[in-house]
Amino acid sequence: MRITLNGDPYELGEPMTISRLLARLDIDPRRVAVEHNLVVVKRAAYASTTVRAEDTVEIVNFVGGG
Amino acid sequence: MSGPSGPVPVILMGMGNDTLVIAGKTFSSRLIVGTGKYASNEIMQRAHDASGAELVTVAVRRVDLGARGRGSLLDFIDTGRYALLPNTAGCYTADEAVRTARLGREVGLSEWVKLEVIGDERTLFPDNDGLLEATRVLVKEGFVVLPYTNDDPVVCRKLEDAGAAAVMPLGAPIGSGLGIQNLNNIRIIREFAGVPVIVDAGVGTASDAAVAMELGVDGLLMNTAIAGARDPVAMADAMKLAVAAGRRAYLAGRIERRRYATASSPADGLLSLP
Repeated sequence: MRITLNGDPYELGEPMTISRLLARLDIDPRRVAVEHNLVVVKRAAYASTTVRAEDTVEIVNFVGGG
Repeated sequence: MSGPSGPVPVILMGMGNDTLVIAGKTFSSRLIVGTGKYASNEIMQRAHDASGAELVTVAVRRVDLGARGRGSLLDFIDTGRYALLPNTAGCYTADEAVRTARLGREVGLSEWVKLEVIGDERTLFPDNDGLLEATRVLVKEGFVVLPYTNDDPVVCRKLEDAGAAAVMPLGAPIGSGLGIQNLNNIRIIREFAGVPVIVDAGVGTASDAAVAMELGVDGLLMNTAIAGARDPVAMADAMKLAVAAGRRAYLAGRIERRRYATASSPADGLLSLP
């Protein structure tokens, strides 16, 4: 199954929680924010929010800026 | 004569509690600095230290999923010492800016946002309508909104009415280093505003910072002037001094401008020719 991750197609294999997705991507959950189908997901809900086929996920962090 | 037990000099009384308060949070520094365009994170850290700033801006961007061994900007910012101010740079609509602000809040776990809604790519001038709309939405959601705005007193008043915690008029286009282009507008904005006025963008060197502060504005936000200097750490120190000097000069009350000379030495008691 496919999702759209940060604007690009991404092969997920099977539905999984945001916690698992972040672990699979080797991303520290404390340093990012996640938007799931245009809704911001609170950190506390990562383990209970499931990403399914055709979903859109954005993972952002802080970078240098003015 | 004031001896050790005499009155405290006026200058110290004036400066003692001279803090910047935004949305109930107190800062002893009136300089806010960015985190962009530094040659390295180590130089950024040293520049931040030299600037004396207590609030630093950051941008919100997609995580680079292809990068190996990703380091985080946050590894180089001591959040016990610096409060974070996520921006919505690069957003051209109110919707994009609101979405970015919401994500920034989740990363930084803070309600503060430097709100940018850009209206033009070449000048990076703000889109007034989008800025006002996004301010209203975010204020309703509990954000502390600091909008980057035109140097227009009427727009600044509307932003304040919409609930902005401060207004941040530009001194000149972002990254231009041109210095404060419309001194009179900035002065009028300060006169009208009931919230702190932070001049954001346009400063090129220390004298620009001092000029802005001498107008009576509450603070200054800059990135490129420091990060782009040949020696960013030394420039950060210069900016700290300039902001402090400009602020003190404002509080001290400058003399009136006159067209002709007024002698500093007495006219009486001059030696006369034999």
